[in-house]
Amino acid sequence: MPVTAQMGLEPVGYLKAQTRWGAAETLFWLATPLPFYFLPAYLQLASQIAITALFALSLDLIVGYAGIVSLGHAAFFGTGAYAAGLFSKFVWGEPLTGLIVGAMVSSLVGYATSFIIARFRHLALIMLTLGFGLLLGAAANSASWLTGGSDGLQGVNIWPLLGRFNWDVYGYTAYGYSLVVLFVLFLFARRLIHSPFGLALRGIRENFLRMPAIGAPSRAHIRTAYTISAAMAGVAGALIAQTTQTVALDSLGFERSAEILIMVVLGGAGRLYGGLIGALVFMIARDQFSGIEPEHWYFWIGVLLVAVVVFLPNGILGGLSRFVAHWRAK
Amino acid sequence: MKRFGLASAALLAACLLSGASHAAGAIKVGVVMPYSGQFADLAKQMDNGIKIYMQQHGDKVADKTIEIIRKDVGGIDPPTAKRLAQELVVRDQVDILAGWLLTPNAIAGCSVSAEAKKFMVIMNAATSIITDKSPYCTRTSFTLPMITMALGQWAAKQGIKNDYTMTADYAPGHDAEEGFIDGFKEAGGEIVGSVRMAVKNPDFSAYVQRAKDLNPQSIFVFIPGGSQPAAFGKALAERGMSAQAIKVLGTQELADDAAIKSMGNDAVGIITAGNYNYNYDSAMNKEFVAAYRSISGDENPDFGAVGGYDGMHLIYTALRKTDGKTDAQELIAAAKGMKWESPRGPMMIDPTTRDVVQTIYISKVEDRGGKHLNAVIDSIPDVHDPVHAGQMK
Repeated sequence: MPVTAQMGLEPVGYLKAQTRWGAAETLFWLATPLPFYFLPAYLQLASQIAITALFALSLDLIVGYAGIVSLGHAAFFGTGAYAAGLFSKFVWGEPLTGLIVGAMVSSLVGYATSFIIARFRHLALIMLTLGFGLLLGAAANSASWLTGGSDGLQGVNIWPLLGRFNWDVYGYTAYGYSLVVLFVLFLFARRLIHSPFGLALRGIRENFLRMPAIGAPSRAHIRTAYTISAAMAGVAGALIAQTTQTVALDSLGFERSAEILIMVVLGGAGRLYGGLIGALVFMIARDQFSGIEPEHWYFWIGVLLVAVVVFLPNGILGGLSRFVAHWRAK
Repeated sequence: MKRFGLASAALLAACLLSGASHAAGAIKVGVVMPYSGQFADLAKQMDNGIKIYMQQHGDKVADKTIEIIRKDVGGIDPPTAKRLAQELVVRDQVDILAGWLLTPNAIAGCSVSAEAKKFMVIMNAATSIITDKSPYCTRTSFTLPMITMALGQWAAKQGIKNDYTMTADYAPGHDAEEGFIDGFKEAGGEIVGSVRMAVKNPDFSAYVQRAKDLNPQSIFVFIPGGSQPAAFGKALAERGMSAQAIKVLGTQELADDAAIKSMGNDAVGIITAGNYNYNYDSAMNKEFVAAYRSISGDENPDFGAVGGYDGMHLIYTALRKTDGKTDAQELIAAAKGMKWESPRGPMMIDPTTRDVVQTIYISKVEDRGGKHLNAVIDSIPDVHDPVHAGQMK
C-alpha cells in the first residue's frame, strides 16, 4: 500500500504535511543558542559539534536517502578544508567567500567522481569511495609543497567575520558562525528532502531499477545528490578550517570517514535529524569519556555503539519514533 | 580597534578567572597528547616521565600545588588539539600548556598560547618552526635536523666518503633528509643518491636493491617506528646488506628496544644518533631508568620519557624563579638560558630561540653474548637546532 494512500492524502498534500514544522523540531532549533548563555566554556565544542552535524547531514543525504554507502566522504570534507585554507593563504582571508570556494571546489570533485559512483551499488560503492578517499589522502601527502604534508597547512589566516567579529578564545564567533551556516544548509536539505526530487531519491534507495520505469532517471538523480552532498561536506570542511585556522591530512583520512558514518548510523540514517543527533551524542560522549579516561575512552564509545545498535537498530531517532508510536497507540 | 577592545576584554575576563584559581593555591598544567590511538605508546613514555618527576620532587612548588589535567587528542588532529587547548584555558583555567607529541597539534596549540598568553612547553614535537609560533613557547625534546645534521657531520668525520639516503616521504622525513645531507656534505662527504619511500606499508626490497646497485659506503635511513624497522632490517639482510656489511645510519627510533627486538640479529651494527640513550652512564640516569622500569613494568625509557621529565623540570624551576607567578612573560624569561643536568646529560634552553641545546649521542647496536645492547660510542656536545641557528635554509 502506497504511503499516500495510508495517510489518505494526495501526493501534494503528503509532501506539504511532511514540510510542516513540528513542536520537537522547533524546540530543537530554539535550544541551539542556549550554550551562548549557559555554557560559554563549551562554545568551542559546540562549534565543532555544529560543523560535524553539517558533515553528518551531508552524508545522510546520500547514505540515508539515496542509498549510496560511502566510506570516503571525508575526501570532500578535506577538499573543502584545504580549498578554504589555501584560499585564505594565497588570495584573501574573508571567511564567507572562503566558504563558497570550499563548496565549489568540493562540488567539482564530487561531480567528477559522481559519474563513477552512479554506475555502482552496495558493496562496490564502499570499495570505490574508500579507494577514492585513500587516493586523495595520498595525493595531499605527496603534494607537501602545497598542503604542508603531515606538518599541516601553515599560514591559514582568516579575517574577522563580516569584518567585525574576532575569532575569540571562547568561541563565540566560531559557534555563532557555524550554527548559522548549519541552520541555513539544514533548511536547504529539508526542502530538498521534501521535494519530488527527495521522494525520487528514496525511491532509488528502495529500487534502483524500477525508478526509471516511472520516469525518474536514477543515475542523473544520484549524480545530482552526490554533488550536492559533496558541496555540503566541503562547506563543513571549510568551516573547520576557518574556525580553527588549521588544516591537516587527517581531515581527508579514513578515520574521519568512518567516524562520520558511525554518527549517521548512531543517530538514525535517512531521518534528516539523524546525523545531527548522532554528531551531538557522539561528540559529547567523546568529550566526557576522554576527560574521565584519556587512555581508554574508546572502550566506552564502543560500548555505547554496540548498545545503540542492539537495542535501537534504527539509531537513536528510530528508537525514539518507535517509542512515541508505541506510546500513542496506547 | 573596536574588535581589539572586545578581544582584550575577553582576555581580561580570562585572566580574572584564572586569577581565581590562583587563590586556591594550585597551578594547573594542561597536558595535550594522543593518549589513545597509534601514538599512545610514545604518549605513555612522556606521561611516565612527567609522573616520575613529580614522584621524585613532590607536587609543591613555591607553596603551590601542581595539578596536571590530561587531554587526549587521539592522533594528528590540529582542530581538536586547538579546541582542547582553548578549553583548557577557558574551561579548566590552566596556567601552563604542556605535552605536545605531534607537530601539527603543537602548532595549533601554539596559536592558543600566543593568543591567551600562556607559557607552553613542548615535550616531544620535533619540527623546528613550532617554537616560532608563540613567544611563550619552549621545548625540552629535540628537533630532527639537530640530530640528523650532527649525524651527517659525524659520519663524514669518521671517514665515510659517500652515502645513500633513504627517508620516508612525509614532512619529518624531508626534515631528516635535509639535515643529514647538509651536515654530511658540509663535512666533506658525497651523497650518491636519495630516495623517498612510501610512508605507509612500503615494500623496502626495491629501495634496498637500488641502494645496493649504487654501492655506497653507508646508507642513512629515516622511517617511522612501529613495524617498519623490522621490515627494513629484513630487506637489508635479504640482499646481503645487513648492518655488518655496510654502515647503516639512522635516528634513535631505528634502534629503540622494540626495533632491536623485532630485527633480531639484523640490528647488530646499526649506528644511530639521538638526544637520549638509556644506556648513558650517569648516576642520575641510572636512577631515572630504575624509576621508569618500576612504574612501567620493566620497560626502558626513551626520548619521550626524558622530554616529559625535563619539561616538568623546566616548569618547576621556572615557577620557583617567578615565585609561583604564572605570567607567561615572566615564565618564558625564567626559562631562557636555563641550564641543568638531565638524565640525558647536560642541556639548556637557548636564550634567543627558546629551543633546546643538548648533547647528541652516537650509539651502536652491539652483540654482547647473545644480548643486543645499544651502546653509546660517541657524543657531540652543545648541539643547537640548525634551522634556528641559521645553518640551514
